[in-house]
Amino acid sequence: MSERILLAHGSGGRLAHDLIEKVLVKPLSNPLLDRLDDAAVLPGGGRLAFTTDSYVVQPMFFPGGDIGRLAVCGTVNDLSMVGATPLYLSLAFIIEEGLPLADLERVLVSVGDAAREAQVQIVTGDTKVVNQGSADGLFVNTSGLGRLAEGTEISGSGARPGDRVILSGTIGDHGIAVLSQREGIGFSTPLVSDCAPLNGLVAEMLQTGARVHAMRDPTRGGLATTLNEIAAQSKAGIRIEEEAIPVRREVQGACEMLGIDPLYVANEGKLVAMVHPEDAGAVLERMRRHRHGRDAAIIGEVRAEHPGRVVMKTALGASRIVDMLVGDPLPRIC
Amino acid sequence: MTLADGFRDTELARGVLAGIRQASTRQVRLMEFCGGHTVAIMRHGIRQLLPPTIEMLSGPGCPVCVTDNSDLDKALALARLPGVILATFGDMLKVPGSRSSLQEARAEGADVRIVYSTLDALDIAGQNPACRVVFLGVGFETTAPTVAASVLQAAKGGVPNYYVLSMHKVCPPAIRAILDSGEVKVSGLICPGHVSAVAGSRAWDFIALDYGIPCVVSGFEPLDILQAVRMLVDQLEKGESRVEIAYRRGVTPDGNRRALEVMAQVFEPCPARWRGLGAVPGSGLRLRDAYRRFDAEAAFDFDPGPTVEPEGCICGEVLRAVRTPRDCGLFRTVCTPASPVGPCMVSSEGACAACYLYGAADE
Repeated sequence: MSERILLAHGSGGRLAHDLIEKVLVKPLSNPLLDRLDDAAVLPGGGRLAFTTDSYVVQPMFFPGGDIGRLAVCGTVNDLSMVGATPLYLSLAFIIEEGLPLADLERVLVSVGDAAREAQVQIVTGDTKVVNQGSADGLFVNTSGLGRLAEGTEISGSGARPGDRVILSGTIGDHGIAVLSQREGIGFSTPLVSDCAPLNGLVAEMLQTGARVHAMRDPTRGGLATTLNEIAAQSKAGIRIEEEAIPVRREVQGACEMLGIDPLYVANEGKLVAMVHPEDAGAVLERMRRHRHGRDAAIIGEVRAEHPGRVVMKTALGASRIVDMLVGDPLPRIC
Repeated sequence: MTLADGFRDTELARGVLAGIRQASTRQVRLMEFCGGHTVAIMRHGIRQLLPPTIEMLSGPGCPVCVTDNSDLDKALALARLPGVILATFGDMLKVPGSRSSLQEARAEGADVRIVYSTLDALDIAGQNPACRVVFLGVGFETTAPTVAASVLQAAKGGVPNYYVLSMHKVCPPAIRAILDSGEVKVSGLICPGHVSAVAGSRAWDFIALDYGIPCVVSGFEPLDILQAVRMLVDQLEKGESRVEIAYRRGVTPDGNRRALEVMAQVFEPCPARWRGLGAVPGSGLRLRDAYRRFDAEAAFDFDPGPTVEPEGCICGEVLRAVRTPRDCGLFRTVCTPASPVGPCMVSSEGACAACYLYGAADE
């Protein structure tokens, strides 16, 4: 580890992973935390799931969403990824002095809309204002509480050999939509962020009674990083097929232009699930009927071979390793 | 659409591959000069699919990788000067110089900002009149014209606090240096796509004429590269050597004249140090006298300190295609993209990073 916190420690890839495991979790270690799933499942009568996340995004408003919608959807999705029904959210702001009130109001309207869409309630909150220069406009934190049905056991460590890997839709929409608006890059694209609450989709998937063993939403770090996390935590190999991975033409085009790989680009309304092979067909069919799962596809399977590694069969028929993201995906010089 | 459409059309690509297998009878070594090609070749697993008669070598065409430690140390020394804002493309942030990287300098308080265009750096200069803004000019023919344009604009707009640390390089002299060294025998060359879009495919004529080596300019999608390989194989089988273009949607024989004019107006050729190749005459670009006041090397008093090369790192040999990343004792053990020792592991277009990230599954 470097001696100081680098920006790359926040990019959701390998450095972030190392920071979490080596610095953040170790001194606080306990069995609930150590599972490192998207939400902690709390024991006791009527099992609860609990999660928290902070949101920083530049620009604050982007096509298809804003930091408020992101803060609700992100936390709702983290609860959903362990199979919980999200119920209550907290909402905390760190506001930089000078932020236009109209911007804050716009964010709050968006928070309210997203909470209604996800059918969760914001039940507590906090606001702090800091000096100009001490924050970048607005930082948001949300924590969320959800309830788990009896017998629900979904975890990043639950993938088993034979499981089918189901992806709920096209990859890279959010990351490219945000990047297209970023100061200095600014290219015009009809693309909008996929930012959406996934609890409705997950509820439908679980209603089929399918054996969903593992689930994650591939946010920062993209699909490649999420699959690597699941492979490592489940001590299993994952093999995916390039040809099966859905990606929008606009995303593919922007990635070609910028020299970045859509596998590493962030999503905010997608999930990847490892499902028992006998149940995968039924889950896929149900997902495709839901508006957030219309482009769902089986993109690969979990294997006993090469545990901890993700391997992709390229469209041309070769096989290559797919590793975690390291640092931020940056547009190329040349 | 899936990841496999368009210039990745699988059926077409398989057809081209079958054609290559059929046409290729002689043992040949093709070098892709450009790092972007190296990444694409690894990412799509193209090496695994070519017949055993075709060996692929990666050349030094990654501007980040070939930046010499002595140049990086200059950038680091400038970044640490009080009142200086160093503006750079993001690729340069993590490259270790002799003692640290720009990323580490930034975490220690230096004002280092990532920009996506040289004009952003000019804006920063405009917004921070009390600071001196140095743009880190790294890149080949693709980037140099945009840096030249920023200098022209600064001259026109009277921006007094904008400077360029020019480490720009042009590709043809480096290719000549590799071929002249005789260290590596190359039968055919896949020429860079973006560089050729500016320089024109004629920039490679000397390779076909003086060295008898066929050249094909390629794009960056799998079909582009396979098509370029096919065209090279066809020339080699017939014993011909010409410059051809397999990337007509981006490249013409004459290139981008306006960009070349702007570049020539602001910059003049000079010797430059390439990591791995050493000093290559006429391969660098420095500001002409008329624009000398924008030259950071002339305008600042700074001490880059002694140059130290990382121990055990074979980036230099990798860049000359004498050895491969897997020959390096540090590869994957000490040197990884998260804690890189040499630049080829840092840059997204470096051979070591491509090999690490996109290596074949069975290796």
